[in-house]
Amino acid sequence: MSKETHTTCPYCGVGCGVVADSDGNVRGDSEHPANLGRLCSKGSALGETLRLSGRLLHPKAGGLRVAWDTALDLVAQRFREALDQHGPESIAFYVSGQLLTEDYYVANKLAKGFLGTANIDTNSRLCMSSSVAGHRRAFGEDLVPGCYEDFDSADLVVLVGSNTAWCHPILFQRLEAAREKHGTRVVVIDPRRTASAASADLHLPIASGTDVLLFNGLLAYLAAKDAIDAEYIGSHTSGFAEALATATAEAGSLASVAARCGLDPRDLKLFYDWFAGTEKTVTAYSQGVNQSSAGTDKVNAIINCHLATGRIGKPGSGPFSLTGQPNAMGGREVGGLANQLAAHMSFDDPAAIDKVCRFWNAPNMAQRPGLPAVEMFDAVADGQIKALWIMGTNPAVSMPNAGKVRQALADCPFVVVSDCTGETDTAELAHVLLPAAGWSEKDGTVTNSERRISRQRAFRAPPGEARCDWAIVTGVAERLGYAASFPYRRAADIFREHAALSAFENDDARRFDLGGLMHIDDAAYDTLAPVQWPVSAGRDEGTQRLLDDALYPTEDQRGHFVAVRQRAPRFAADAAYPLILNTGRLRDQWHTMTRTGLVPRLSLHRPEPCVEIAPGDAAKRGISDGDLVRLTTSWGTALAEARVAPDQPDGSLFLPMHWSDQFAGRCVAGALANPAVDPISHQPELKHTPVTIEKVVTGFEMLLITRRRFKPSNSFYWSRRPGMGCEIYRLRGPQPATEMADAAEALLAPQEGWELIEYRDPARGVTRLAFVSANGIEECLFLGQPGRLPEAGAVIDLFAGKAPLDGGCRLSLLSGAIRGGATSHGRIICTCFHVGIDTIREAIAADEIEDVHALGRKLRAGTNCGSCISELKEILRRTRRPLVAG
Amino acid sequence: MNSEAKRLVLIGNGLVGMRAIEEIVARAPNRYAITVFGAEPYGNYDRIQLSPMLAGEKDFASILLHDHGWYARHGITFRAGQKIVGIDRAAREVVSESGIRAAYDHLILATGSMPLMLPIEGAALPGVVSFRTVADVEAMQKAAATGGKAIVIGGGLLGLEAAYGLRRRGMEVTVLHLMPHLMERQLDPVAGAMLRKDLAWRGINVITNATAEAILGSNHVESVILADGCEIAASLVVMAIGIRPNIELALSCGLSVNRGIEIDDRLVTNDPAISAIGECVEHRGEVFGLVAPLYNMARTLAARLCGDHSALYKPAATATRLKVTGIDVFSTGDIYGDEDTEILMFRDAARGIYKRLVARDERLVGALLYGDVQGGADYLDFIQSRRSIKAPRDLLIFQPEMAA
Repeated sequence: MSKETHTTCPYCGVGCGVVADSDGNVRGDSEHPANLGRLCSKGSALGETLRLSGRLLHPKAGGLRVAWDTALDLVAQRFREALDQHGPESIAFYVSGQLLTEDYYVANKLAKGFLGTANIDTNSRLCMSSSVAGHRRAFGEDLVPGCYEDFDSADLVVLVGSNTAWCHPILFQRLEAAREKHGTRVVVIDPRRTASAASADLHLPIASGTDVLLFNGLLAYLAAKDAIDAEYIGSHTSGFAEALATATAEAGSLASVAARCGLDPRDLKLFYDWFAGTEKTVTAYSQGVNQSSAGTDKVNAIINCHLATGRIGKPGSGPFSLTGQPNAMGGREVGGLANQLAAHMSFDDPAAIDKVCRFWNAPNMAQRPGLPAVEMFDAVADGQIKALWIMGTNPAVSMPNAGKVRQALADCPFVVVSDCTGETDTAELAHVLLPAAGWSEKDGTVTNSERRISRQRAFRAPPGEARCDWAIVTGVAERLGYAASFPYRRAADIFREHAALSAFENDDARRFDLGGLMHIDDAAYDTLAPVQWPVSAGRDEGTQRLLDDALYPTEDQRGHFVAVRQRAPRFAADAAYPLILNTGRLRDQWHTMTRTGLVPRLSLHRPEPCVEIAPGDAAKRGISDGDLVRLTTSWGTALAEARVAPDQPDGSLFLPMHWSDQFAGRCVAGALANPAVDPISHQPELKHTPVTIEKVVTGFEMLLITRRRFKPSNSFYWSRRPGMGCEIYRLRGPQPATEMADAAEALLAPQEGWELIEYRDPARGVTRLAFVSANGIEECLFLGQPGRLPEAGAVIDLFAGKAPLDGGCRLSLLSGAIRGGATSHGRIICTCFHVGIDTIREAIAADEIEDVHALGRKLRAGTNCGSCISELKEILRRTRRPLVAG
Repeated sequence: MNSEAKRLVLIGNGLVGMRAIEEIVARAPNRYAITVFGAEPYGNYDRIQLSPMLAGEKDFASILLHDHGWYARHGITFRAGQKIVGIDRAAREVVSESGIRAAYDHLILATGSMPLMLPIEGAALPGVVSFRTVADVEAMQKAAATGGKAIVIGGGLLGLEAAYGLRRRGMEVTVLHLMPHLMERQLDPVAGAMLRKDLAWRGINVITNATAEAILGSNHVESVILADGCEIAASLVVMAIGIRPNIELALSCGLSVNRGIEIDDRLVTNDPAISAIGECVEHRGEVFGLVAPLYNMARTLAARLCGDHSALYKPAATATRLKVTGIDVFSTGDIYGDEDTEILMFRDAARGIYKRLVARDERLVGALLYGDVQGGADYLDFIQSRRSIKAPRDLLIFQPEMAA
């Protein structure tokens, strides 16, 4: 039996514990407080991401493999040149919520203390910075007061701008379990009828960007109904009167608020009444709140309501920011945002700058905030940034106005990318590529949404020459002459320093305090159990809730109301761009798919990049489900498949953020997104871009299944997804199928000794070709008129094997079905057990299945990770015949 | 025997004529007093099985369908080895070479066909044979016994079977074919080329576009000269360039004859007392070389002669399903097509499998299957029924039974 390692999942901010063995088998860690043994579809498939496909194994410069010394020397030299010739502001780092705290710490220290620039920002800017800013305005520090247990004990959970069911599945399941136990009410505030909304007690399909109005309305309503905690307000807060006056002025009329938010006033009143009457209320929010040009105000509008009711830091109540990334919180703790200093200290405070300078013994301490992400890439585009180091993130895909970002990267004199993979749109633009250790190989800590610090532990050696990010940064620091200040031999060295800085001259001024861990020895670090900060000296057990004492880390020790006014998103729909583009995550994909995109079963839930459109909007434009469509905004264009979705509100489209040029010809959501940012948090408004959509008339459709990975021509639309032992390409374009046979054949790359099996019906534009060898099927191509390709699941399954094909198989495979082969399951809903929607519907109809438990007993669907349960419920609801009212 | 039974005479103891007799005695055992004349000395045998006989896979006993006893048991007067040389239509009487006479109330002509022989120099030399009768097979077997080289002139079905049989018997075989590809009536150039490759793999050499100019030899075949001047040595030459209906007898008695003996849908010649079936006939301008439609004629004729006057012969699309030297081939209808037809094609060249369907106006008009003949009957059914292939088109090649 192979050795088991307890580590932490590298996906969302829930921060689930994972037990992995050296063979890559994973299961949920039943002892980890974040998940108590469960894992979602993505987490369950972690073992399948460990194959080497696409890994960057050696440093590269100018596309050629070089030695580590050569690469690090080059990076140090070019950074030194930029410093000497253009000053510290010509250098920038763009880092990632995927980094471990220790990696983050070293990068932040090098930039802010030794290179003299605060131009180090993280992709958490796109994710959490509005929460950070909102927390700091209300609480005086970036802290999440509550914990996951509050979801168990709350009587009302309000999910705002969060498809928790898909994006934080394990937390959602925890909530569902609590609902089953004691009937927790769930309200979902989201323009879309998401999987989370579908199972909620109340869904408020709010008009995009009107959250401040809705919560101002709530504040006014609470005051009007005398549902506020006057004592708490009086003793522990400030700014209530102004905040209430502002709220009442613009949102004093429930009817008016409902109308402007696009809601049924009865639903709105119901929510307001529930909130008013439920002491134990958690308001959890995510990107729908944060990714907005009014994101910070939205956060404060929510927090205002909790301050007004005194529902902060108490069991079962509080505002709760759901972080998107595994270590967005850790990054915030070390100061990974350009406007933060380190350890929750701020550039606003000269004494803090001095404090950090002394602690680091820093020769070139940055004195002012650096450039946040959008502005940073603007500065790259303007030529101010001469040397840029990107770690573990893919801004060419994920940034708004990504087309401009790509151009900026292409024009930048020196771009370093350190990452696990060289196959990203960003890495393709780098001068130097540095192979980084990935999950399962690197060692350190992450912090989840409830402030819980957990260890990510290595259980495999890094492949090739990959190194930990902190070691790579340290290597450059040494070459820049700072070896003495970067003496790190192991992650624990860095963690101790990080903990010490958090406690350095703290005097209880900062809640972020790991003083209790600053002397942790290597052995204790290795076995460190998950713990919630603060872990101040003498308080090793950590802290479950903050602000339970109502003592806020502000100057007046009070929680601050912020008077916020509803502000429309920066760009409104107009005649040219009449719809609003919303972007976000899917259930089974993560970020730009560099990891989840390797796993065949995770691609089954949504095999294609699909844009969701309301039936009415689709009908108006002659768009049917499955049509190829072109999306155009003022910033870019994309091609995707239309998915006509009744859950999508009129006037709005939803496009997943995941697809990059590695997985589709032209479907980068970031390239469409407008670059407007929140004036305080500088978080971009990724969820509200005016857009137009048109059907692209297609003449042909192609399916290519091959063991190769390549990028087809962008002269037509294509997408790629992984299969077992193969890559699956789907291509479409306007050319008639009858004229595409030669182009289709040119996509194939037969090798000596391969045998061709062909089927052609040229009058119908049908060409089907398969190459086989002694190793079974090698490549297979289906060309035909749109919508006329056979269901090819059985052919795709053939690639999983490497045995020669028998005669019956060779005769039948070009029909798409293998003689005697598998039947179709329909679109895969349960990824864990490969259960498709057709199978589920059949089971429901045949056996009069009434609930998901019965469905689980019959098909096993939903019984492992549970990520699909909300969808199963929805399918049940729609499939079962409505009961006749008695 | 019913003494008032009408006299029925069959000329031609072959597959088709005897099939009619079989049907008649099964339907109405006592209706006719039947006399059968056969030029060959044997009972009725399955001529199609001469190929396996040549190849040594079967012997004569196993291809004999009806021995003399069978005729006796069914009260049939069987005149074996009696070639009919004259028909007196006025007297309703036939006469054999040896002078045997038989009167008839109804006469069936099933004289079959004659092998075509190239009218070239040396065609009459000993060692030049056709491939039609048991005697031909015996001659080839004898020639093959000493090994050596054989030339088969004609790369049609019969020629290739002869080539295969001779190869099996150890001869070095070269097939000369006039056309650019083999079996051009049943195969398109692609299938023809595949067949040529398969034959080469079996040790049979094929020369296409080959015109035999002369057969040389002093008192026995020694070589064949081609039009391009090439000379190929051979101790045996098999001519298998085709057949023509055997019409001499019909001509001699003044029946209406074109390429074959002309018959109407009732299978009757211009003399109402004389019917004709089999390879000797011409029906609506068509002559025949394959047995399937001819069995249909035999059935129809038997029905008519047993009193079913509504029975008419309807030509139907027929299929060639055959084994060429162990390779399955199925061919039916128009396998070439024209500018108005559409082709559906499947090929797995490495496994020697090729399928070609020809469609016109969403209807199947031809099907060629090479190497894998499953579904042939379904394609034939599509062609005969003229059903639309529009909906099942994508399945047609792969799962014709589902498409049907």
